[in-house]
Amino acid sequence: MQSERKIRVLIAKPGLDSHDRGAKIIARALRDAGMEVIYTGLKQTPEQIVETALQEDVDVIGLSILSGAHKTLFPRIIQLLKEKDLTDVLVIAGGIIPEEDVAEMKELGIKEMFGPGTPTDKIVQFVFENVPKRT
Amino acid sequence: MPKTDKITRGVLAGDRRSIAKAITTIENNTAEAQKLVASIYPHTGKAHIIGLTGPSGSGKSTLIEKIIRKYRQKGKTVGVIAVDPTSPFTGGAFLGDRIRMQELSTDQGVFIRSMATRNYLGGIAKATKDAVKILDAAGKDVVIVETVGAGQSEVEIIKVAQTIVVLFAPGLGDEIQAIKAGIMEIADIFVVNKADRENADKAVLDIQAMLQLNTKEKTWKPPVLKTTALTGEGVPQLIEKIVGHRLFLEKELERKRSREKAEAELVEAIKEKVASSIIEELKKEGKLEELLQKILEKKMDPASIAEKLLNEEFKKQV
Amino acid sequence: MSDKGKINEIAKELERWEKTTLPKWMGQRPERKSEFRNHSDTLIKRVYTPEDTKELDYMRDLGFPGEYPFTRGVHATMHRGRLWTMRQFSGYGTAEQTNQRFKYLLKEGETGLSIAFDYPTIRGYDSDNPLSKGEVGICGVAVASLKDMEVLFDGIPIDKVTTSMTINGPAAMLLAMYIALGDKQGVPRENLGGTTQNDMLKEFFAQKLIIFPPKPSLKLVTDIIEYCTRHVPRWNPISISGYHIREAGANAVQELAFTLYDGITYLESCLERGMKVDEFAPRLSFFFAAHNDLFEEIAKFRAARRIWAKIMKGRFHAKNLRSMWMRMHVQTAGFTLTAQQPLNNITRVTIQAVSAVLAGTQSLHTNSFDEALALPSEEAVRIALRTQQIIAHESGVANTIDPLAGSYYVENLTNEMEERAMEYFKKLDDMGGAIAAIERGFFQKEIADSAYKYQREVDGKKRILVGVNDYTTEEKYPIKVLRVDPKVEEEHVARLQKLKRERDNRKVNEVLEKLHYNTEKDENLMPTIIDAVKAYATIGEICGVLRKVYGEYKELIVI
Repeated sequence: MQSERKIRVLIAKPGLDSHDRGAKIIARALRDAGMEVIYTGLKQTPEQIVETALQEDVDVIGLSILSGAHKTLFPRIIQLLKEKDLTDVLVIAGGIIPEEDVAEMKELGIKEMFGPGTPTDKIVQFVFENVPKRT
Repeated sequence: MPKTDKITRGVLAGDRRSIAKAITTIENNTAEAQKLVASIYPHTGKAHIIGLTGPSGSGKSTLIEKIIRKYRQKGKTVGVIAVDPTSPFTGGAFLGDRIRMQELSTDQGVFIRSMATRNYLGGIAKATKDAVKILDAAGKDVVIVETVGAGQSEVEIIKVAQTIVVLFAPGLGDEIQAIKAGIMEIADIFVVNKADRENADKAVLDIQAMLQLNTKEKTWKPPVLKTTALTGEGVPQLIEKIVGHRLFLEKELERKRSREKAEAELVEAIKEKVASSIIEELKKEGKLEELLQKILEKKMDPASIAEKLLNEEFKKQV
Repeated sequence: MSDKGKINEIAKELERWEKTTLPKWMGQRPERKSEFRNHSDTLIKRVYTPEDTKELDYMRDLGFPGEYPFTRGVHATMHRGRLWTMRQFSGYGTAEQTNQRFKYLLKEGETGLSIAFDYPTIRGYDSDNPLSKGEVGICGVAVASLKDMEVLFDGIPIDKVTTSMTINGPAAMLLAMYIALGDKQGVPRENLGGTTQNDMLKEFFAQKLIIFPPKPSLKLVTDIIEYCTRHVPRWNPISISGYHIREAGANAVQELAFTLYDGITYLESCLERGMKVDEFAPRLSFFFAAHNDLFEEIAKFRAARRIWAKIMKGRFHAKNLRSMWMRMHVQTAGFTLTAQQPLNNITRVTIQAVSAVLAGTQSLHTNSFDEALALPSEEAVRIALRTQQIIAHESGVANTIDPLAGSYYVENLTNEMEERAMEYFKKLDDMGGAIAAIERGFFQKEIADSAYKYQREVDGKKRILVGVNDYTTEEKYPIKVLRVDPKVEEEHVARLQKLKRERDNRKVNEVLEKLHYNTEKDENLMPTIIDAVKAYATIGEICGVLRKVYGEYKELIVI
């Protein structure tokens, strides 16, 4: 007899950026879609984000950043995920990331980027369709 | 099952990834979970399990953060299970308790896990209890269970703990009256946080008054403490009381064990004395062989013979 | 016929119109929606008549510009006497780069400066702090010490220009640097003009750039107001802000109510300090957003002025007329601007700017069209400035004062917004004030719900965003986006470390010791902080001392 398996999502705000309107809306939408959402609050270092993902054994990490510091923070986060053997976690990002950086971020391992104006449902759908299957 | 073995070994070695995976296994309540709990169970019993509950706005998370830091200063390792409600409408949950503890997430001596109440078949209390066992078996000196003291299931969750700390903050409304009766009964320590506020002293008095009304004789008298979680004031004293409660429990357990032992010894002694005096008597009256023959020929069983003898013995007394 | 009689006549005619003329049109051209509501949930009528303003009393509710209740404007000549200050929020990279951008904007006609600081500065960290890695100079200019401030204003005499500083947690330090700079340039403190945002309450529930807990934060805000009242009298020590509250997701009524209530809270804090209301109130200033709904925004600004005047007179018993007037800066709403088809943003900003001008703002920032993509390029910020100049010189709207007065719609809307704001005040008073409400998560919940509602409306196409959920195109508009050179961080950090080696470190340690002592003694910290910045102590070092005494604070999350 089991209790339903839930999708666990970590919504994180790396760096010093304090815009959380979008992150909170996504958190709420994912919760309303039946997922368990862990929100770290603001001002997270890559180390804190990856440790949290590990302790909470999440299926998805959603990074929200509008400050332009993604070029420094995202590669560090991906590197730490590799070091901690968390490579089966789905990593997505949202916020303000210039078009010209998107390809580079995807190559690092960020599966998809959701910029301003993305419908919330699109993000929820993407998570359902791309969350790693766990045994 | 090789997977469970690997996780078990990892948990017992204190490997954080294994601990996380183990708790996930429990959350998904598979057959594996039962095996897992059974295999780590022999390694539990060392950790001090502390429950912390209180209404939202009471400063719970800030206080826990300070408590963890104090324990870390003393060289102790800490596990935290933060429980939040699952929405009955959507089945999802927002788990935001670790926000105030985030700076501690990279401390390798601290493990924080957020759990939702879900719809566990064994109830959330069992799932929480099992998660606590994981952290216990992993070697954590202290495991803190945190929940918001709102509903009946929250009372069940907090009972998982050995030491239950209930938190209030002045000015949140009529919260002392609003707190579930169940919580008041089982609390071991009361804390009034935000002690720098006006009504803090009044809140302390109100709680003490409520405790007076509870006429049940208790061996542990719950203290009422004041803290200011933001500055850490009052936290060392709180830890002192928590540790003190653990010592009390150990002494209680010791006392209980000693009493049980004494009772067992008395029973043995009575058995011995009664038996030997009756057998002596039977021997003297020459009736022992007759009774033994009845047992061998299966005409009467030993228990019925013993009862008959005792009844006759008591009749003699009257 | 009496006025009342005339209104009854009109009401009867309206009924007739609704029964006879209207139905024909409803048949041929039915209305686009069954109900029209703005984002604050106000029901918008088909047509407004004198009946909707029958309670309006001109002298009581509107008055004349420059007179109580200031609904029509705070000055008697308003934009006819002096146009609003065109003050474009700017800053990026090094102090040199921003100095160049300042000079460019001044040359192109902006009339006041406004500094955007980078995240490390705003959060009270030095550029060489590990937390600052990758963030130095990216969102604003990096200012770690007085040295950077000196470079920032190189060639710009600060007695000739006013400067607004969007800074909250470390406001005291940046203000101290500006004052020290004035001392160096030989400008008497009485001649320094400008603003520090210095509004911590809204940080706790909207902008979230928090360092210290609520009580010490409020104390620092009050220190700055007290110090400026005595020593820097032309300075606006605080800009009580609704912009961030709106950007976080609040609707116009919430923006209005929460901002003004914050103002009430600051007033009470200053009075508790022992200041007299007429001493400091004249220099309290405000900062609002200008959103898309033209008439709602105009009504909001007018309601704000009237409510504030009434509060100052009725609740705080101000006697000086200047204590009752609300001077405001407005910024067009960043959140409304889109990444898709960015040139459309020029149109949005224009509508938003017009609302602020029609409503009598003292100062205005117009966003650049590349707002949703990056920091403003030179071309984009120039267009934004030109937008203001075109409105000022070509549209005629600035040639009369408060032209919307008397509009049945706008006056009705102004009244309704005032009423709803007052309801919020009562609720907040009953809760025990702003800090109690913050701890309860009241503001946060109102804002989160409003933000979520807005998003659901967009997702469900109940709210159309041109270029985003309708009128979309696949075409990408090639925009040259401003990028900050990563070398900026290296250079800046090198300079900072050089400064730390070459200054008199004994003196720095001494003054930081004194600061620690005064902080524990609960003194007004401005004088000590000014001494510290003059010794070239850094933002990180000064905030570090305060962190030790006050502790750090994390926001309460409500989704």
